Amino acid sequence: MYNFSYQKAASVDEAVAAMQAAEDGKFVAGGQTMLPTMKHRLASPSDVIDLGGIADLAGIAVDGDTVTIGAMTTHAAVAASAEVGETIPALAALAGNIGDPAVRNRGTLGGSIANNDPAADYPAALIGLGATVKTNRREIAAEDFFTGMFETALAEDELITAVSFPKPEVAAYMKFDNPASRYAIVGVFVAKTGAGIRIGVTGATTCAHRGKRLEQALGGELNAAAIDGVDLPVDKMNADMHASAEYRAHLVKVMTKRAIEACAA
Amino acid sequence: MLSINMTVNGQAVSGEVEERTLLVQFLREQLRLTGTHIGCDTSQCGACVVQVDGNSVKSCTMLAAQADGCEVTTIEGLASNGELHPMQQAFKDNHGLQCGFCTPGMVMSAIDIVKRNGSVVDEATVRKELEGNICRCTGYHNIVKAVQAGAKGMGG
Ligand SMILES: Cc1cc2nc3c(=O)[nH]c(=O)nc-3n(C[C@H](O)[C@H](O)[C@H](O)COP(=O)(O)OP(=O)(O)OC[C@H]3O[C@@H](n4cnc5c(N)ncnc54)[C@H](O)[C@@H]3O)c2cc1C
Ligand code: FES
Ligand code: FES
Repeated sequence: MYNFSYQKAASVDEAVAAMQAAEDGKFVAGGQTMLPTMKHRLASPSDVIDLGGIADLAGIAVDGDTVTIGAMTTHAAVAASAEVGETIPALAALAGNIGDPAVRNRGTLGGSIANNDPAADYPAALIGLGATVKTNRREIAAEDFFTGMFETALAEDELITAVSFPKPEVAAYMKFDNPASRYAIVGVFVAKTGAGIRIGVTGATTCAHRGKRLEQALGGELNAAAIDGVDLPVDKMNADMHASAEYRAHLVKVMTKRAIEACAA
Repeated sequence: MLSINMTVNGQAVSGEVEERTLLVQFLREQLRLTGTHIGCDTSQCGACVVQVDGNSVKSCTMLAAQADGCEVTTIEGLASNGELHPMQQAFKDNHGLQCGFCTPGMVMSAIDIVKRNGSVVDEATVRKELEGNICRCTGYHNIVKAVQAGAKGMGG
């Protein structure tokens, strides 16, 4: 890892100002992606701006039918939260299956979505639930937030402060995980809300996305058998040493069916 | 360079570190607490697990600067008055190690498992909770047994 200047910001404003002043700055949250990336010299920022000292970025609040989770809230805190467990149990379960306990004790919601790894879990939940990403300047709908492989709608000096999730009638997340890293080879988040059924898919393609073909096939009913006839575009699927494109396309349907069955159960 | 202060195994320590210094490097190279091991550079093996403010973390994936002001416990901080911690004793009694390289991280993670799950932990839970700790020797069987026995021992 190359050296850098380090600063622990005390507030969002201070962090953003430090970023604007830096030549090639990076925020660090839990560091569970950033530090391995820097060790491998895939990133070498001039300045590392630590968000760990900004107390109001961490925390969970439920207001009516909306759960708002601060960007610096760890995966472990979301998994253990009674509020999240009651309002959106599928989200608490998703957080509790990210990586391993030590990763969950440091890794954060904000870091996960800012990084937008094509195999990360949270993006599927944000898309499936129709969540809103709040930054220091604006609110961004989840579907507009994830723009490509490791790409998001965030500007260089824009900081995620929180994400708000509307409470669904019922939801479930199913992932077929990579046995070494626990990242999703394919993960599917199914949510039924007053407005219909939404499906978020991760791991399958270069960027998490809405499973519109799957949603259409369901026509508003949580009926797993309706997925059988769906034709998914194999040429858009990722292929790597873990799974071929054909296998991933198959897994998307299997995980969707399992999530639908879990919703119905 | 940065000046940092923390409490390690109950003792106040301070040091001057380069910004890029990892917590594991500070512990091993400056404090000479070499019980915490480094087994990978991908944050996957868990040989480096320590507790920071009571939570297990991979000390290879945290900057020393991020632990400034924190309370850190390493494997060296577990035994008291020459007596092994019940989890260490359980690893010894159950032959929960062969080469021993993964053991400090296993023991630190195991204590965290007991903290979150209590003193009666079933085998499936232990195996799932140890997903972040890799052992190349034992095949895990006796590690799982040791964690269950240690959990009982910690329960008193
Ligand atoms: C062994 C291992 C297994 C893992 N398994 C999984 C898994 O199964 N599923 C999964 O989804 N993930 C997994 N992860 C990734 C983990 O969830 C990370 O915690 C997460 O991707 C990044 O979060 P972080 O808080 O550590 O962010 P960091 O590593 O600190 O930062 C990541 C990126 O986000 C930016 N950033 C951070 N916070 C903000 C913010 N508030 N505003 C703007 N930008 C910000 C940083 O600048 C950086 O570019 C795993 C990681 C490891 C090491
Ligand atoms: S050395 Fe920290 S996880 Fe391998
Ligand atoms: S005992 Fe050798 S690596 Fe676990």
